[in-house]
Amino acid sequence: MTDEKIGVYICHCGTNISDTVDVENVATWAGEDLEEKGVVVSRDYKFMCSSLGQELIEADIKEQGLTRVVVAACSPHLHEATFRTACDRAGLNPYLCEMVSVREQVSWVHTDKEIATAKSKALILGGVERVALHEPLEPLKVPINPTTMIVGAGISGIQSALEIADSGFPVVLVERDSSIGGHMAQFDKTFPTLDCSACILTPKMVQAGNHPNITLLSWSEVERVDGYVGNFTVTIRKKARYVNEDVCTGCGICIEKCPAKVIDTEFEAGLGYRKAIYRNFPQAVPKYPVIDVDNCIYFQREKCKACQIFCPTQPNSIEFDQEDEVIQVEVGNIVLATGFDLFDARRIPQYGYGRLANVFTSLEFERMCNASGPTTGKVFMRDGVTTPKSVGILHCVGSRDKHYNNYCSVICCMQSLKFAHVVKERTGAEVYNFYIDMRTAFKDYDEFYQRVLEEGVHFIRGRVAEVTDAARLPGEEGKLIIQAEDTFIGKQRRIPVDMVILSAAIEPRHDSNEVAHQFGISCSTNGFFTEKHPKLDPVATMTEGIYIAGCAQGPKDIPASITQGAAASARVLGKIQAGELALEPVRASVNQDICSGCRICNNQCPFNAILFHEDRMVSEINPALCQGCGTCVAACPSNAISGTQFSNEQLEAQLTGLLALNIDGSSVRVLEPVAAD
Amino acid sequence: MANNTEFEPLIIGFTCNWCSYRAADLAGMSRIKYPPNVRLIRLMCSGRLDPSFVLKALKGGADAVLITGCHPGECHYLEQNYKTLKRYILLKRMLEQFGVEPNRVKLVWASAAEGVQLADEITKMVEEVRDLGPLNWPAVVSPNGDHPIAETEPVVEEVQA
Repeated sequence: MTDEKIGVYICHCGTNISDTVDVENVATWAGEDLEEKGVVVSRDYKFMCSSLGQELIEADIKEQGLTRVVVAACSPHLHEATFRTACDRAGLNPYLCEMVSVREQVSWVHTDKEIATAKSKALILGGVERVALHEPLEPLKVPINPTTMIVGAGISGIQSALEIADSGFPVVLVERDSSIGGHMAQFDKTFPTLDCSACILTPKMVQAGNHPNITLLSWSEVERVDGYVGNFTVTIRKKARYVNEDVCTGCGICIEKCPAKVIDTEFEAGLGYRKAIYRNFPQAVPKYPVIDVDNCIYFQREKCKACQIFCPTQPNSIEFDQEDEVIQVEVGNIVLATGFDLFDARRIPQYGYGRLANVFTSLEFERMCNASGPTTGKVFMRDGVTTPKSVGILHCVGSRDKHYNNYCSVICCMQSLKFAHVVKERTGAEVYNFYIDMRTAFKDYDEFYQRVLEEGVHFIRGRVAEVTDAARLPGEEGKLIIQAEDTFIGKQRRIPVDMVILSAAIEPRHDSNEVAHQFGISCSTNGFFTEKHPKLDPVATMTEGIYIAGCAQGPKDIPASITQGAAASARVLGKIQAGELALEPVRASVNQDICSGCRICNNQCPFNAILFHEDRMVSEINPALCQGCGTCVAACPSNAISGTQFSNEQLEAQLTGLLALNIDGSSVRVLEPVAAD
Repeated sequence: MANNTEFEPLIIGFTCNWCSYRAADLAGMSRIKYPPNVRLIRLMCSGRLDPSFVLKALKGGADAVLITGCHPGECHYLEQNYKTLKRYILLKRMLEQFGVEPNRVKLVWASAAEGVQLADEITKMVEEVRDLGPLNWPAVVSPNGDHPIAETEPVVEEVQA
């Protein structure tokens, strides 16, 4: 028996719940059968979360003096805040409201109405039993450090950094590579306007590099993240550059003089060369070069030092004895814009990449088109001199394919159209695009498709079966033959071409799972970071204070990456402006009168929140460090530790409620004690 | 068991707020169907699961208990699910001594993205428990539910110090 006056509210959710659960029946049952449990009001309503639904609750609290509220509706992750706020408005402590998920856990997953109704009753009974033992609580307030860390300085990260820095707040921009810019710096043209990628990106890079509010840490990686929203401590490893950033002027003489020539498999996608001391491209930000230890003659054979000898600065900028530096920064919020990896086209052997010389990946082709790239923008075959007379472009390489990635990589259609245009423009070659579906959504994209169609590019709808150099028919000798079904005419076609470009998929970074773990967020099954809500909260994550932007969240083009970067910043700025954040008051505390000082709890806490008083032989929990997991509560053999919102009594009461009804709801579960005969 | 065709087990599921509870949400959002025999309790972490909750659930009429948490290495609270695992192993051993079939308590890792997997595990578990039949807790525990009945009274001998 309880003295509490409990109100029970059951939502129809339109028909989402009421289709499978007899909500009127549940409401009547709660009102009549649960009277002795303290239920004084029981109502059902079409949309409990609507303002009218909330007002219903508020009115009951005020008029009937409810002391507890149970809302049976959707998942608490969706509307707990809504109903708590409603209670608060009516003067009831928000933590005296409990939600029961009868949509996600009942109506959407079960089909038998009778049994679903019974299960709803059991869940509500659990909620009623539990809520009676709830205590009024106050949210914990934590201050927000105004500094933000942004991980990954591609276009999305740069945009995010600039938004925050321009608002007057400090930003730490961490980039793994030696220069910021990300993949966009590798591209030549951007669809659909065909403006030059470098022309629109480099001003932003310079702005980020020079911004007084941005601390740029390139050639650096995050090693460790501690703390929580508002108060993260991040350990960052600044990898040894072997160039003193304080004195280097970025003149580039060292690069010129370095005798070690290396194939650049990263920035130039294997098409061009760089030196052992290098920067990715002339407009790199920061301008300082970096020494590639694996290929540097001095590091490998202890002689050369050409870079040091020719370095004109005083003191010399080249420091062979430089070591990695580990620094710590304190930040309040973190934006992860770590970008993507390109699908390794070698994984589809029948397309011949890596085996047939004139099969190129999209990134190789981007570098080839780029005026500052290895061919200064001329479209050549692998020999570096021959201009192709016919080119095949394959869409969806590694995308929309159950063997590799099920998802659509979003950019490939437009990118392939751009390639088709560039090939036509620069070589006049015949171009064949092989596609599954043409996906040209978004502004001005389909117009670009029309333009490329008018330019005389051939489009064949069908997934390519193979690319081969085995000629079978006259005219195929010395060519690459693309075998594909043309699904419009229902026939197999063999098209001989000089060059093949594979529009490879966007994949999550190879280490996205480790990074996600490091920052306490999760990855979806395909490896991209999981957002808090796919539609309503695409840049936040389940972990407060950690935001995601750009291709790290899923494949997207440049405008979408920039939009997300800016959106993440808006969320961060909101947090900074608020100055402090209210946290769920889910914390553990020790009743020191009961604590026996056994210290079993002491090593249960990974946050070092439990300290032990040697003098009094009792443990104490620091509420600022406690994260509220409750592991120590479960471990305490004397029941001296209790957890707010999840106390033993509350959970056991809920358990009692859940077990009070059978599966069919017909009867209270009766346990027959075994006779002693 | 004779009543197997009629028997609908009642299973209590303890879920972690960050992974498996959200997996259950996801299963709902994706309209994946699973048997209605499971009733879930949300904890902040599987590490909050006091093993006595499992015993109390079984004593209170549950035929089985499902414990779910984040995958090893993915705990929202860094490493608390390892503590769950340790307790789970001990608990299973204890239940066996009580005469409770170990399959009545199951630990499943389910990330927030694994709605399908969680639903599959629930379906599988319901089948398994249905085959086991009802847990007749009082049969192995004294009528007041407090102590397991030993088959013979243990002989208490005084030991010389």
